[in-house]
Amino acid sequence: MGNEIMKTYEQINDRIESGKAVVLTADEIMDYVDKKGLKAAAREVDVVTTATFGPMCSSGCFLNFGHSKPKIRMSEAWIADVLAYTGLAAVDVYLGCTQLRHGDPANMYPPGEFRYGGGHVIEDLVAGKTLQLFALSYGTDCYPLREIRTYFTIDDLNQAIMVNPRNCYQNYNVAVNRSEQTIYTYMGKLEPHQKNANYCSAGQLSPLLNDPFYETIGVGTRVWLAGAHGHVYAEGTQHAGGGARTPEGVPIGGAGTLALTGDMKQMKKEFVRGVSFIGYGVSLALGVGIPIPILNEEVLRRTCVRDRDILAPVVDYGFDYPQNTGNVLGRVSYEQLRTGRIEVDGKTIEEVGSLSSYSKALEIANLLADELRRGDFQLSAPFAPLRKDAKMKPLVKRRGNR
Amino acid sequence: MNDNSVTKKLMFYFPKCVCDEPIIYRLVKDYQLIVNVYRAKVTPEEEGYLVLDVTGKEAAIQRAIDFVKTFNVTVNSSGKGVVRDEERCADCGYCVPYCRPGALKIADRATRKVAYDESKCIECLACVRICPFGACTSAF
Repeated sequence: MGNEIMKTYEQINDRIESGKAVVLTADEIMDYVDKKGLKAAAREVDVVTTATFGPMCSSGCFLNFGHSKPKIRMSEAWIADVLAYTGLAAVDVYLGCTQLRHGDPANMYPPGEFRYGGGHVIEDLVAGKTLQLFALSYGTDCYPLREIRTYFTIDDLNQAIMVNPRNCYQNYNVAVNRSEQTIYTYMGKLEPHQKNANYCSAGQLSPLLNDPFYETIGVGTRVWLAGAHGHVYAEGTQHAGGGARTPEGVPIGGAGTLALTGDMKQMKKEFVRGVSFIGYGVSLALGVGIPIPILNEEVLRRTCVRDRDILAPVVDYGFDYPQNTGNVLGRVSYEQLRTGRIEVDGKTIEEVGSLSSYSKALEIANLLADELRRGDFQLSAPFAPLRKDAKMKPLVKRRGNR
Repeated sequence: MNDNSVTKKLMFYFPKCVCDEPIIYRLVKDYQLIVNVYRAKVTPEEEGYLVLDVTGKEAAIQRAIDFVKTFNVTVNSSGKGVVRDEERCADCGYCVPYCRPGALKIADRATRKVAYDESKCIECLACVRICPFGACTSAF
């Protein structure tokens, strides 16, 4: 009867608070369970920490500047010359990480450079740097000021709230290029004739791969978001929990995603990093850690997922991905990917790279484990589950009057 | 070359160009060095750079360096044409397959940290172009 409740969130939180919680990382738990056995380990271990660090293009932040004298209702705003969205209440803006700076080279002479964008602004803000705000307004009776140029740091803001609609993809594609020419994608530089392959997941350390059925990760789950204590506020966009799975329940494609939020003022700069991909664009690399409470043996068993159990789809970004054919060339395990060499369709690809940092993910899993052991991080039970049956819908091109 | 020859990677920095001096020729002719130039930026009346391997007897290499310094050239013997900033590097390993000479590699299979072996770098600048974090930069 492995699935009966052994521990509750309250009991685990009490142990965390008293500094007695037994916490292991998802990297350590497999060997521990092999040694101790599932039953004994489930009684003993309170939390397993999972983590990931990689580009998460659906990241951004809400900033509140406070009111100037006289007041302004910003209708257009730029931070460090990066356009922010102002269709919000006065002096609130939303800054997205893939927005480019005005005047950026923006792929001039492809494959070209992208020097600076929203992700870099977010990195600079978290790092405490001084940034320029330039805003325009049409002027109203209540907000008469029509233009403002000033400088600020994150400390000057009332709120700097990171809001990421699509983070922590449960699994992800391995990208190859079967076309005749080199292509430049969000999965990096892909050489023709499948000469190289790139992947992007922390594999056995990754949060949703350690909780494949969303038993403990749901809306309301407290997470470690770049050092801040944030939470899951919704299922992520494109969440497709109903995708195909291995017999053990591990999704064999993208599947689930999380929408996360956290206070940027509490974040650590080394886990919030603007990135530029030659020939593609800018983004933000972000570190996320999620604790999994060991409520019962089944929850523990699923945290023992190993790289060899996780299969990723190999997709041709030369044709199939951009044309949305849904074609998958084959599947490879994370164990194979980590060797730097994979076999697809009988052909060996000798050059395999990762866009996700296992090293940083490991660091995050350990930092979170330390916080839990010290009693500095409390768990929260989800108050709504993520859907296990959701499928991703395509955009259908229809005629206007139908 | 005989057994006691060594290979050193050097970077010469010219505060202003000494284009009228056949420096490489002198290294070969006067100091019997085998020279392999990786990368150079030589422009009249401006600063210039040269990154190269020299192979020869250690004493001859030292004498050659002294000779080059007489032109007010700064010689950096650790070959700093390409610099990897460990703080900016996120250890993702994306660069590793693009680094053909194997100067960048996963040093430890457990932690998957990336290590940079400067002596293997041939200054192709592939890492500088592709690193999303801007961790690899070029001195020129």
